Amino acid sequence: MIESILSVNNMVTAFKTSDGLLPAVRGASFSVKKGETLCIVGESGCGKSITALSIMGLLPSNGKVTEGSVMFENKDLLTLKKEDMRSLRGNEISMIFQEPMTALNPVFTVGYQIREPLMIHHRLSKREAHQKGIELLKRVGIPSPASRMNQYPHELSGGMRQRVMIAIALSCNPKLLVADEPTTALDVTIQAQIIDLLNDLKRDFEMSLIMITHDMGVVAEIADRVIVMYAGEIIENGTVSEIFNSPQHPYTRGLLSSVPNVDDPDFHLNPIAGSLPLLNEKISGCRFHPRCPHAMEKCKAVSPVTFEATPTHSARCWLMEDEEVRQHGGQRAGTL
Amino acid sequence: MKLAGLIVQRFMQLILLLIGISFIVFLSMHIAPGDPASIIGGPTASKADIEAIQENLGLNKPILVQYWDYLKGVFSGDLGFSYQTKQSVTEALTERFPNTLNLAIASIIVAVVIGVAAGIISALKHNSLFDALSTMIALGGISIPNFWLGAVLILIFAVNLQWLPVGGLTDPFWTIEGIKQLILPALTLGTGSAAMIARMSRSAMLEVIRADYVRTARAKGVREKSVIMLHCLRNAMIPVITVIGLNFGFLLGGTIITEQVFAINGVGRLMIESIAARDFPMVQGAVLLVATLFVLVNLIVDIVYAFIDPRISYE
Repeated sequence: MIESILSVNNMVTAFKTSDGLLPAVRGASFSVKKGETLCIVGESGCGKSITALSIMGLLPSNGKVTEGSVMFENKDLLTLKKEDMRSLRGNEISMIFQEPMTALNPVFTVGYQIREPLMIHHRLSKREAHQKGIELLKRVGIPSPASRMNQYPHELSGGMRQRVMIAIALSCNPKLLVADEPTTALDVTIQAQIIDLLNDLKRDFEMSLIMITHDMGVVAEIADRVIVMYAGEIIENGTVSEIFNSPQHPYTRGLLSSVPNVDDPDFHLNPIAGSLPLLNEKISGCRFHPRCPHAMEKCKAVSPVTFEATPTHSARCWLMEDEEVRQHGGQRAGTL
Repeated sequence: MKLAGLIVQRFMQLILLLIGISFIVFLSMHIAPGDPASIIGGPTASKADIEAIQENLGLNKPILVQYWDYLKGVFSGDLGFSYQTKQSVTEALTERFPNTLNLAIASIIVAVVIGVAAGIISALKHNSLFDALSTMIALGGISIPNFWLGAVLILIFAVNLQWLPVGGLTDPFWTIEGIKQLILPALTLGTGSAAMIARMSRSAMLEVIRADYVRTARAKGVREKSVIMLHCLRNAMIPVITVIGLNFGFLLGGTIITEQVFAINGVGRLMIESIAARDFPMVQGAVLLVATLFVLVNLIVDIVYAFIDPRISYE
């Protein structure tokens, strides 16, 4: 079996607010294998970006991981010293963000911003870093890279800026790239190009990729494995074919039937009714039950445990209990 | 970036502005009660004496004709002669201006150093005790009148502690004595600006430290010191530069009270004396000088802008 490069165990991230401590991520556990692409999907506000920022140690000042561990190559990132974590960021773990328009510093040239991590982590001279920067820009598909080095972000288009961001993130050959909705702010044609580019680069750089998205089309395109988040919890975890072909959780099914299918003339959009609960909303039992078309009495009372449909596919839903009872004669594979 | 175009455009504006300003100052001086001829003649002068003086100074001509004559003089580089001392206005201004400039530069240095530092620390330690204190002191700094602050500083540091001289600015600024003479007036004059700069720096910095590109810098593994001093500060300084420029302009023209309190022979004091004496040419000359400097400082700010913020180009 291929070893995991990152494993997140029961991570809880909470925010200090005027309403008290609000948990945004409620006990997330998952792992990413070497060379694997993991997609984290869910509605806006479900905690997927916060999960990414928690791993990176880049939470806003009022946010904190209060429980759990994040193991990256036998190091717990949550207990690392600030300086050790800094020397890891941009070096072994990189991140790209949703908004290429604001993610680059407007007062520094592209060249400055791409040289920076190379000079910090790889201790290259300015001249060496400049050469490497040109190569990187070329690799991410930026035409006339040498002259782009002297340009400022505002002189580039959104797609070009995202390519620059990717070049910066990859500059130090990271083992893991965290991409937080990198295509959401871009035109559709550019989106496809960026996804293709990420797929290519992942292979070339032999890195693992965590891709955060709410676009199931992107998931189908790029994912090896998918985790679905709802209201701060991971409610389903499986390979991309398992998630698309036999989704277990009603929420996952809802997500999939919220995507239009133009090939199927009988397809009707079937969006999930209602909206994501607020962080401080108290919901008994399963956090999805108020919106779930299959909610039972048990769902309102008891939070579901994790059931395994296959060794690689699990979900947190009481509906699976019945199926398991049928399949395994009452033997429960779930864990709390 | 077409800087030359900007400079030419600003000089055209400056000329129009100076015509406007000179007209308003000219008019207000002539409308204000008090006649220079009777002041020059003194309390014992007869009506005929005063009329003779008026005739001599050209004050009996229609006001627009007087203004036209003055304007012609200004454009040929002649600001006229003082009614009081008969000294050329240009000469008097060149004599006094270095003191004012020294004071204004010392004050803006005080203001920038204190203001920017306090603003940044406040923003980094948002909602801390330091932040609360510095915000309170800044509010005080803006509200406290110059003449009061000057008097209190003199009382404490010059009279009681005797660390610094009471007043005067006689030694050049590069000598120890000269620096000692500058400290109190610079503090007095710079406090208000320091407060304004601190408030601006704080809010600009607060906005910038939450910016996406700052998160990017951290994600790249940039050291925290560089995140603040390079990635944040350079962006935060863009609005602060405007405030610094404006304040420097105000300081150049706003030395009147401070020069009076500390008995510094500068343009401000010259202006007060000339207003009291209804010395029209001197007042007009001083106001024109201050206005010109104000416009020039703003021009410099615009040029500095383009160097700090690459998104600005003058085309």
